[in-house]
Amino acid sequence: MINIEIDGKKIIADEKKNILEIAIENNIDIPSLCYHPDIYPKEACRLCMIEIEGKRGLFTSCSTYPEEGMIIRTNSEEILKTRKTNLKLMFSQHIEKCNTCLWNNKCKMMKYAKEWGICINEWEDRKKDYPKYDFGGAITYDSSKCINCSNCVDICKNQGIDFLEIENKGSFYSIIPSKNKNKDCVYCGQCVVHCPSGTFSSVDPSLKIEEEIENNKYVVFQFAPSIRTSIGEEFNMEYGSVVTEKIIAGIKKLGAKKVFDVSLGADLVTIEEANELIERLQTKKRLPMFTSCCPAWVKFVEFYKPDFIPNLTEVKSPQILLGGIIKTYFAEKENIDPKNIIVVSVMPCTSKKYEANREELKINGLKCVDYVLTTHELARMFIKNNIDISKIEGENKDELLGIASGAGVIFGSSGGVAESAIRTACYKLLNKKIDKIDFKEFRGHEGIKEASVKINDIEIKIAVVNGLINAKKILEDYPKKFDYVEVMSCPGGCVGGGGQPVPVNKNIRKKRADSLYQIDQNENIRIADENPTVQSIYKEFLKDKRVINKIAYTKFFKKQKEN
Amino acid sequence: MERDIIQKLKIADLRGRGGAGFPTYLKWESVLKTNAPKKYIICNAAEGELDLKKDKYILEHYSKDVISGIKIALKAIDNSSAYIYLNKEYYSLFKDKLKDENIVLIEEDNGYIGGEESALINFIEGKRAEPRKKPPFVSEKGLFNMPTLVNNVETFYYVSKIEKGEYDNERFYMIMGEKIKGGIYELKEGMTIREILKNTKNYLDRPFYVQAGGGACGEIMTEDEFDKPVLGEGFIRVISYEEDPYSLMERWAEFLVNGNCDKCTPCREGTYRILEMIKGRKLDIDKLEEIFLTLEKTSFCALGKGTPIPFRSLIKKVILKNHD
Repeated sequence: MINIEIDGKKIIADEKKNILEIAIENNIDIPSLCYHPDIYPKEACRLCMIEIEGKRGLFTSCSTYPEEGMIIRTNSEEILKTRKTNLKLMFSQHIEKCNTCLWNNKCKMMKYAKEWGICINEWEDRKKDYPKYDFGGAITYDSSKCINCSNCVDICKNQGIDFLEIENKGSFYSIIPSKNKNKDCVYCGQCVVHCPSGTFSSVDPSLKIEEEIENNKYVVFQFAPSIRTSIGEEFNMEYGSVVTEKIIAGIKKLGAKKVFDVSLGADLVTIEEANELIERLQTKKRLPMFTSCCPAWVKFVEFYKPDFIPNLTEVKSPQILLGGIIKTYFAEKENIDPKNIIVVSVMPCTSKKYEANREELKINGLKCVDYVLTTHELARMFIKNNIDISKIEGENKDELLGIASGAGVIFGSSGGVAESAIRTACYKLLNKKIDKIDFKEFRGHEGIKEASVKINDIEIKIAVVNGLINAKKILEDYPKKFDYVEVMSCPGGCVGGGGQPVPVNKNIRKKRADSLYQIDQNENIRIADENPTVQSIYKEFLKDKRVINKIAYTKFFKKQKEN
Repeated sequence: MERDIIQKLKIADLRGRGGAGFPTYLKWESVLKTNAPKKYIICNAAEGELDLKKDKYILEHYSKDVISGIKIALKAIDNSSAYIYLNKEYYSLFKDKLKDENIVLIEEDNGYIGGEESALINFIEGKRAEPRKKPPFVSEKGLFNMPTLVNNVETFYYVSKIEKGEYDNERFYMIMGEKIKGGIYELKEGMTIREILKNTKNYLDRPFYVQAGGGACGEIMTEDEFDKPVLGEGFIRVISYEEDPYSLMERWAEFLVNGNCDKCTPCREGTYRILEMIKGRKLDIDKLEEIFLTLEKTSFCALGKGTPIPFRSLIKKVILKNHD
């Protein structure tokens, strides 16, 4: 730790952090747009300039590190003047499409513009004819909003995908989807949450959903584990606020007939996945077994590493499995024609939109999930309908499919699927006599976590991976080292998903995840098998192999370039 | 041997001829002093400045001396490999002439910024040709993170002259203009604009001003400044007062908009707005000055920081003066 001074304030600073981060921690606002702690500083926007006593010129605080005794100024007349000009210049290349923007209400560009009193359209828009791209019906890239920071290119590369590329064309470079036939988008959406100007966004189906409600369809919502600890952010609540019941009440106000919890789907996945794991371990076939509930990871395997398709567990993902249960078991019980049921998932994810459209997932010719909203899109629907999650009174989940275990809830964090599956594997192999529920070795957000669990005489070598580039590493460098590998494409797992609210960073992801583990900790039912709803579904519906196969299992296919 | 050449470079006071004028011996010393398993030498033949053709002239007439300059570096620096980084045109013109088993030729098409030493290193590494943050300087951490000596074609040419004891403070000048003959001349360093133009019979017989240093980035100098030496890349553009200053500015702006790397806001967007204004032939001096200040103070690299120099000086010394 060293001593520095920023704008007259004496600060004891960590010399490993850059000055921008130190300032933020000390409530000194240095404006910045392109800086994101997940990405190596781009030094592109030039807003975060500072003066350092004794040194000539201005410096970007995002890439300057403190030295003992450094005296820093963040607001000299020259700095303020050039900041205004740079912001105006960025507005001159960014077409404001505020009402549909992910950053609406939180937009730093607008905030600074107001604070500094600048005219945002002093210059004519340079990018008015710039093109729009669609990726897999999941993500839109509107290049007329781009401020050329290229964070998207970097985060795509950090993911190991490298699908977004810089193309030099005429006087300016453009960011374009790769034409290389060996590269394709996996729809993880990290570009969406790392873009400071709302250039990337999820494809929003909310108007269609409103129409279904108006047309008196039987609209059922199901919401993913991780959104209960993140959507509150859209209503200025603390990071990690748990709002499960409030989400249910809010969705009901939108006109949904029923609201269910995808964590129940996760419990069903856990049971089948644990069965499959035990079987593969006993027959020593198709190991390691990889999880497949993350659709971006599945697409990654299908497109980039098809040789590993047999290693993916063939159990469907939680949203698809529960969607299928809703349109079969639930429909039958409630005596509703499944054709009239519209299932809407609320997911932290953009890739789930793509997954929901996969043809092979249909049951009796019907899609299991009709529409997928992201966390942010649901929040926008709430805001549009004057529903404030921070103020609304909570409601309980609907019966019949009402209970989810704590194990199903932790699916939302990296390590949660593995922990849940291992709890169930222990439960099965040890005849319910288990003494360990918490597998803390799977938790935390390091890229690759390794652990080994011994049940009876079976030793299971496990890796928990978040961030696709880490999964790529395992496939390429040591594909045979483990028996069971959980992969989540996004940093931190679904809590860091591409459909989550912005901003996002390591600390925010951790707070969202910590709250999920807290929910699990407080649950009475913490093993999928002990969930009474799960037990009834198996007793009444998933009675034989044939039905289980139809409802819970799928196949994967080698994929050609789609974008 | 290595001490010897450094000493010679120091005594000769050779300065980099790529434009920045940094003492050559300091670069060499830094590369030599930095401990590393591998070192690189790059001869920069990108010559991307507007209208500048002096390196082309040297490669045309003295390619052997340039190669021998590079070889002196190869000998002086242990475990080193050498590259010549050539723009497309020069590559096709000189690839046969420059063929040497110890030197790798690299063809590039990266425009003006592609000649910046860290940008060219990025390009050789397979990355986008945009400048790196300094420090670290490329002489400590350059190509593949190894100490890298980047010198201009002319610099290597004079290294070989110094080694042979044939250097006597010369440098190459390029003179051009609509109303003069112009050409490329090897003359003493430090000569004034007036001396150079008179000596080479390029001194116009009617009122004129010059752009000195580089073809886009050089400063405008009027008659009262003709007793200053020419720095930078040794370029002089002779401009008579009858010529349209706007078309000259438009050429600069066009060149800079195309030649920058687009990485940072002021250079990418600011230069574009300068061009827009000049094309419209209507200068809003306050707006321009706002962009100039932002370019000068907040650009990532020297290209953006230096962009205001020609415009500001032309506007102040010629355009506004004529209005008075």
